[in-house]
This record gives sequence, C-alpha cells and structure tokens, in this order.
Amino acid sequence: MGQAYTPGLKVSRSEEILKERILPLKGKINVKKGDMVDSETVVASTELPGNVELVNIVNKLNITPDEVNECLKVKPNETIKKGQKLAENNGIFGFFKSSCLSPIDGIVESVSEITGQMVLRHPPIPIEVKAYVNGIIDEILPEQGVIIKLNAAFIQGIFGIGGETVGELAVVSKNISDELTEDLIVEEHKGKIIVGGSYINSKALHKAIKVGVKGIIVGGIDAQDLKEFLGYDIGVAITGSEDVGITLITTEGFGKINMAQKTFDLLSSYSGEKTSINGATQIRAGVIRPEIIIPLNEEDIKKTGSNESENVQGLAPGQLIRIIREPDFGQVVKIKSLPVELHKVESETKVRVVEVEYPDGKTRLVPRANIEIIEL
Amino acid sequence: MSNIEVDKLNTILATDCGSTTTKAILIQKQDDEYRLTFRGEAPTTVEAPVEDVTRGVINAVNELEELAGRKLVQNGELLKNSSNENEGADLYISTSSAGGGLQMMVAGVVKAMTGESAARAALGAGAIVMDTIASNDGRLPHEKIERVRQLRPDMILLSGGIDGGTTKHVAELAEILAAADPRPRLGVSYQLPIIFAGNKDAQDIVRERLGNKAALEITENLRPVLERENLMPARLKIQNQFLEHVMAHAPGYKELMAMTDVDIMPTPGAVGLIMKRIADERRIQVVGVDIGGATTDVFSVFQGVFNRTVSANLGMSYSISNVVSEAGLENVLRWIPFDMDQRELMNRVKNKMIRPTSIPQLLEELIFEQAVAREALRLSFEQHKNLAVGLKGVQKERTVSDIFEQKDDNSLVNLMELNMLIGSGGVLSHAPRRNQTAMMLMDAFLPEGITQLTVDSIFMMPQLGVLSEVHPKAATQVFEKDCLIYLGTCIAPVGVEKDGKKCLKYTLTMPDGQKIEEEMVFGDIRVHKLGVGETAMLTAIPLSKNLDLGAGPGNTIENVEIQGGITGIIFDTRGRRPFEVPSNKTERVAKVQRWLSAMNAYPKF
Repeated sequence: MGQAYTPGLKVSRSEEILKERILPLKGKINVKKGDMVDSETVVASTELPGNVELVNIVNKLNITPDEVNECLKVKPNETIKKGQKLAENNGIFGFFKSSCLSPIDGIVESVSEITGQMVLRHPPIPIEVKAYVNGIIDEILPEQGVIIKLNAAFIQGIFGIGGETVGELAVVSKNISDELTEDLIVEEHKGKIIVGGSYINSKALHKAIKVGVKGIIVGGIDAQDLKEFLGYDIGVAITGSEDVGITLITTEGFGKINMAQKTFDLLSSYSGEKTSINGATQIRAGVIRPEIIIPLNEEDIKKTGSNESENVQGLAPGQLIRIIREPDFGQVVKIKSLPVELHKVESETKVRVVEVEYPDGKTRLVPRANIEIIEL
Repeated sequence: MSNIEVDKLNTILATDCGSTTTKAILIQKQDDEYRLTFRGEAPTTVEAPVEDVTRGVINAVNELEELAGRKLVQNGELLKNSSNENEGADLYISTSSAGGGLQMMVAGVVKAMTGESAARAALGAGAIVMDTIASNDGRLPHEKIERVRQLRPDMILLSGGIDGGTTKHVAELAEILAAADPRPRLGVSYQLPIIFAGNKDAQDIVRERLGNKAALEITENLRPVLERENLMPARLKIQNQFLEHVMAHAPGYKELMAMTDVDIMPTPGAVGLIMKRIADERRIQVVGVDIGGATTDVFSVFQGVFNRTVSANLGMSYSISNVVSEAGLENVLRWIPFDMDQRELMNRVKNKMIRPTSIPQLLEELIFEQAVAREALRLSFEQHKNLAVGLKGVQKERTVSDIFEQKDDNSLVNLMELNMLIGSGGVLSHAPRRNQTAMMLMDAFLPEGITQLTVDSIFMMPQLGVLSEVHPKAATQVFEKDCLIYLGTCIAPVGVEKDGKKCLKYTLTMPDGQKIEEEMVFGDIRVHKLGVGETAMLTAIPLSKNLDLGAGPGNTIENVEIQGGITGIIFDTRGRRPFEVPSNKTERVAKVQRWLSAMNAYPKF
C-alpha cells in the first residue's frame, strides 16, 4: 500500500538533546566546554550600550557654543550621577550663576563645540542568556553562545503560546480525560508547570496566572478562549513571543481532547522534576513545535535504557491510531484493515480509507488522511 | 533538456509537491496519443521527523504504482529508463510549492510612514507581515535584533527615507539587520533575501552593511517623496524572490532536483504557463486560480497582458485560520445553509491548521470548507485586481485623506470582458460534485455577463505546465482530453433590482432546435442542462434599466453562442456590484438553500 500516513508527534522517554543558546549580540561566554550547567546558569552575557540623552548646554546656560568648554564641570568618559552638575556659567561678577544638572545616571559620551550639545549615555544594559536546561556544555560558539548536551525525556506539543520557562512539574489531573478546572489550581502551584488532562477553560487559565503558575500542559483548549485570552485571533500559527505571563502547551489540539495516554504517563512519572518548556510554535514548512524537556539523571537513564530512536512507520493492522477529524475527533482506535480501493464517504468524497475498530468492537471506515499514528 | 528524445517517451511520470499534498500522475502513450492514465497522492513530507520532500514523492508514486500495476520504484528510488517496457518511467518531471506561504518582516524609518508603506508593499505581494521594525517603534536595538531572529522571516523588506533625505536612520536599520544575522527557516546553506526599497542615496550604505550577510536585492524607493508611494517595483521583487529563493529551500529540494530530468518549476510558474497558453491560443480573456494549502495563486490575461499574484497566506490548510481571520467568520458563515456552533467551528478551523492534511468526511464539514474556499478565493482575487495593473509599476499620488488606504483604479481585470474562468487546486478539482466547483467559482469571482466556467479535472495543471516545456504535444493532448473540464456557462446581469422582481427574459435555442423561453426574478439561480461540447443560442432581455448583460444597461443580447458543460447553462440573477447575501439569518439560510438546491450542489439542501 501507499505509505500515506500522518506522523505523530515525538513522545520520547529518553533522548540525547543538543540545545543551542545564542546571544542577540556578540558577547562573553561564561562557561567552558565540559561544564555542568543548570537551567538558571548564565551561559553567556553581553552589554548593550545604553540609550543616548542629549543635553543642550548652550541653551540652558545662555552661552555660545565656543564658551562651552570653559563651563564644563565633567569630562568625556566620566561617570555621572543624576543631579550632578555638568556645567556652570560664570554668572555676573561671580553671582547669579546658572548650572546644568545631569538628568540621568550614566557617562559623558561627548561634548560638541559646534552645537553646544552634551551627549550622555545611560548605563549599559546587561543581557544574559541562561542555559534553560540542565546539561553539559558540548560546544562553545565563540562570542555567540553555547550548545548544551543532555539526556532528557522529550515531548512535542501540537500547539503552544508563550516562550521558555522552567519549573517543577505538577500533575494535577488524575487521568487523561479530566478537565483542568479553576478549583484544581491552588497556591502551591506557584512557580510550577502544571499538567492537566483533556481541557482547560479561560477561567482556569486566568486563575493559573493569578496564582503564578509558570506553565500549563494540557490536551486541548477552545480556540475562542485562546482568542479572548490573547486579545486577538491567531491567523497563521507563529507563536512564542506572547507576553501573557504563562506558557501554554496543548498536546492534542483545539477543543476538549484527551491527552495521549503515553504523554500523560510519561509526564506523571516525572511529577516533581524540574522541567523546561517552550510554547513557540511555527506551523509551516520548517515546522517548530512546542517542547517539553525533562532532563534525566544517571539513574533515570539506566532505568529507561538506551536512547530511543524514532522510526517512522507505515500503517499496519492492529496498530493504534487516533482520529484527527470529525466524527469522533480524538478517539483512539485500532486498525482492522487497509482496503486498497477508494471509498465514498458521507461528504461524497472518494478517498483511500482505513477500517478501524472501536474499543466497543464497532467498526467503520475513516479516510487515511484523517488519522495519526500514536505510540504506546 | 536538449538530450531528451521526445519521440521515445512512452511513459511520463510527473509530480507536484504542494505545501500539503504531493500529487503524482502517470501519462502514457496510447495509440499514438498521450493520455493521463493514473494518479496518486500522499502528504507532503516537509515536517519532522521526515523533513524531505522526496519521501512524499516516493509515497505518492507508490500509490500510483499500486493503482497502475506498474513498477515505478525500486529500492526506494524512482525506476527510470528500464529495459523492461512494462516498468519504470521514461521521463520524470516535477513542480513544487512545498516551501509554503511567505512570511515577511518589514522595516522603515518612521513606523506610520515608510514602515506602513513597506507593510502595504509586502501585503500587496501576498505576504503576511510578521512585524514592522522602525527607528521609532519604541524598542531597543537588541529587542529588534532578537525579534528578527526569533521570527525567522522568509524575507525582509527594508525601506526608509525619501529620495535625497537623511541616510542615517536607514543605515541604523541596516546595522540592526546585519547584527541579527537572520537565518532563513528552510535550509542553512542559503542567505536570507533582503530587499532594499528606500532612499536611493542610501543604496551604497545598505550594500556595504548587508551585501555579505544576505541575498540583497535593491529596487526603487517605495516612497520616493512623502506624498507618493511607488510600491510596484518592491512588490514584483518580493514575488520573484519568493519563487526563486524561498520555495526552492524546502527540505529535500536538492535531492528532488537530482531526481528530475528537467529543472523543477515553481508551481505558480507552471500553472501560469498553461493559463497563458489557453489565452493566447484561443485569443480570449482568462482568469485562473490555483488554490492550495498555504497559498492561492491568481492569474489573468486581459488585453494580452499576463499577470500573476501569489496570496501567500490564503489557503485551505496551513492558512485556513488566516482566511477565516481575514475574511471574518460572518463572511464564511454567509455561505452555509444551516446554523453552526461558532465555538466549535473555531476549534475545527484551528485543528485543520495544526493538522493540515486532514480532509472533510462529513457533509457539513465539506460545506464549511467550501465556504472558507469561497472567501479565500474572493480575497485572493481582490489582491490580484489591485496588482494586475499592467507590466509597469504605476506610480500613485497619495493625499492625506487616502494615506492609510491604497486603492488602485487602474486594474486590467474587467469581469464583463472575461471569457473563461479556470479553477484549479484541491478544493476545486476534488469537489465531490462538479456543480459545487461551479458554484464556488461563481460566488467567489462573481463573473459578469457571459462567462465560461472550467476546472482542472484532477489538479494536474502544474505538471502539464512543466511538461509543456519538454513535450508540448503531449501536454496539449492531455490538457485537451483529460485536464480541462467544462462546467458550463454563467450568465449574470450586472446591477441590482428589488428582490423577487421580474428582471430577465430569455430564449435558449437548444442543439435539437427546441426553444426554451423563460423569465427570471431577481435574486435567483436557474440551471439548464447542456452537455459538454454542445452549444445553444441565447437571446436575453434585461427587464430593468438597472441591469446589464454586456450590451449596456437594459439592452438585449441577441443570438450569442453559449457553451455547455457538466453543470450546463447557469442563469445567475443574484446581482452584481454589489452582490449581497441577506443579513437576516432566517432569510439568508432560506436563500442559500434555494441557490444550492437550484445548483444541485449537495445531497441535502
């Protein structure tokens, strides 16, 4: 048969991950190859020149530009404090002097004898790049950043919002079908990444922000709730820079959809562990999916065995799949057979289908395009 | 290409790698004539874990192999020029649009001035503007740099400064872009295209700052003086760069290039070739559309001038949510003959966006997708009309009053002159009933006067476009016999009358000599059967001075030859300029149901 399939998202118990951490400008690398780092370690930093502030000395002191140098009380490159005297005129017979004070803390950059302007610069703005994950420095990219290597449980979500965050994992729902409701989110979830089952509504989302939850991982969310929460509709799926105070990752899609059992079990087995998540999603060629990274310690790695390798499989009878389109969207069923010939479905579309068997033994035909492989 | 002996080609394999689906067709010589024999498809594989378009190609060919009972793949590779004439293909060609939509960042000195002009240029070229960077946008330089890196745009349009003005701010913007050292989302080996369309005095500075860091293209200033915009050169540059650069960097594109016997052609380019050929050979005015998963391409030939636009973020899968968002859910829902739960609907749209290869199994899902398609087509056509202004850019005087709106009254597109409307792309070619396709075309394009409606039978125009470059005879034979499906002819008076008032009287002389004399009221659709290849003679009299069939308001058209098709002759008195759907829900549903029923569009309604 033709290997038409929809590859499922990655849900890996153990995998070697290389994470690139790059500065926005050239700067200093604070670690060396082989260093162990944790997510909070500042691996690289740089300083951005502060903003410039212009002070018109001639106007303030009522002098001409060629008199500026005589009146200066500070020199270029001198550090200054807010309120410090920058220049002062001679007044009349030494009386009625006017002075010009610094509006900022910073340094004197330059003084122009042509325009009579003094250029002050705010203190440099420090920029830091944190490790984001616990791991070992694998490679130094001089002046740019580092690559961190780690072994971790790795899960891809299907859609997310918000950027990188790190916190302790707290599995709140009891099973894959439970909704993550407002009452389940409590004070002790502050600073944590909480895991729900099938769905979160906007009330619960707001409660999570109020409590100070760092991230949410859940099966689904209503598109309408997301729109209201963000204040705009997402047209093309490019996310990650939302500044909404929380990172949200849905593992299955929009609406109420049970989280895949494998995903839920994996997350449950690491409840209490420090976890790094990023909601950034870009759905287009060169896709980026949201990520959940749970760094593993030696013991975990021994337990889980060697690295899993992802094999892209074709479809086969007996395999478990998920239906990804109405009717029965989200339902997990088993492949019974793979008819070769085209079939006409309710919409009168003629398509290649797969015969699936429901848990209650009922069977029906589903277009092959409307299923995705799930792994147990 | 020169070493291909076309006379020896008996089996031709052609694929089109779309953003969502890869389509493979098999063309075989039968009794000295080339015909399409089989077709297969598979999801395009540009996403992890595969990230290689050739995988989708092999999958689609595997399906073809099964259906044709002919071995076409051996050890995971295409089997070509086999000594056994019952296996393999003699020629393999392909088109591709697998790079997906065009996402751009634009930069200008003043956000509300050149920044906005740049954004308009990008939007007009069919891109989505991810962000506008400006000297005065309130962000610190490092924040701008980080934004460029984080968004991974496909292309950047840098503008700024009027000609002869200050170059300092443009230099600063160029420095920010240089510092960001932006990386394209596809492929590490190529440089990101940056187009500079700003102060001409700053060209050298920009070249110096960015020449080594990006694939820099310099074009005319899009705002040469404050009161005037000149967007066309920048728009054309964007479209060219999109076709040549961005699409060509889909994962696995290089491997695909090694597999094909001739250069891969971008899908819009290949479809454009076919459209132009039809218009030239038949000497008619043509509008064509190819609606895909991420993009919709519109083509037109009026007065011999060919125009093509790519609406990079209007499509039926990756871009479906953007269509709904741009058109507004209420505009999509106006085509639906029943009530739908809006909350549920929004989830469905977003689920299609995140799982772009799924297809509608239920009738109501099909109706909804076809409603979205109408809006995607309508919006793409609007963009096309604004851009199809001839080969040369038209400079547009702008006043303070229209400074926030770009209007173009010089469009070459004249629907009353249009002879043939051609639809292509999954949602049009694969509609379960051809009548659905006819109706989607009518609702989206609102053809005026007399217009022939056609559709690409199974969505094979891209492959035929590239084939026409290698083997024109084979391409023409397949096009005529297997590709172009005649849906029928739409007859639509332009103008508005009172709903339900008698507005049109016509006489149809059918091929067997039978005369049909009927009248129609305003706001209706009526279909008369007239088969493919058959013609009828039409005389029609508008019963109102407000209505025009092409001979002037209220004037009769006499003895006009009308072509038949699968749907037949469609009289559409729903009005034009404006065309309106009732705003009252009950009225709307009743009307839409009546129209759909007249067209026999769905098994229900």
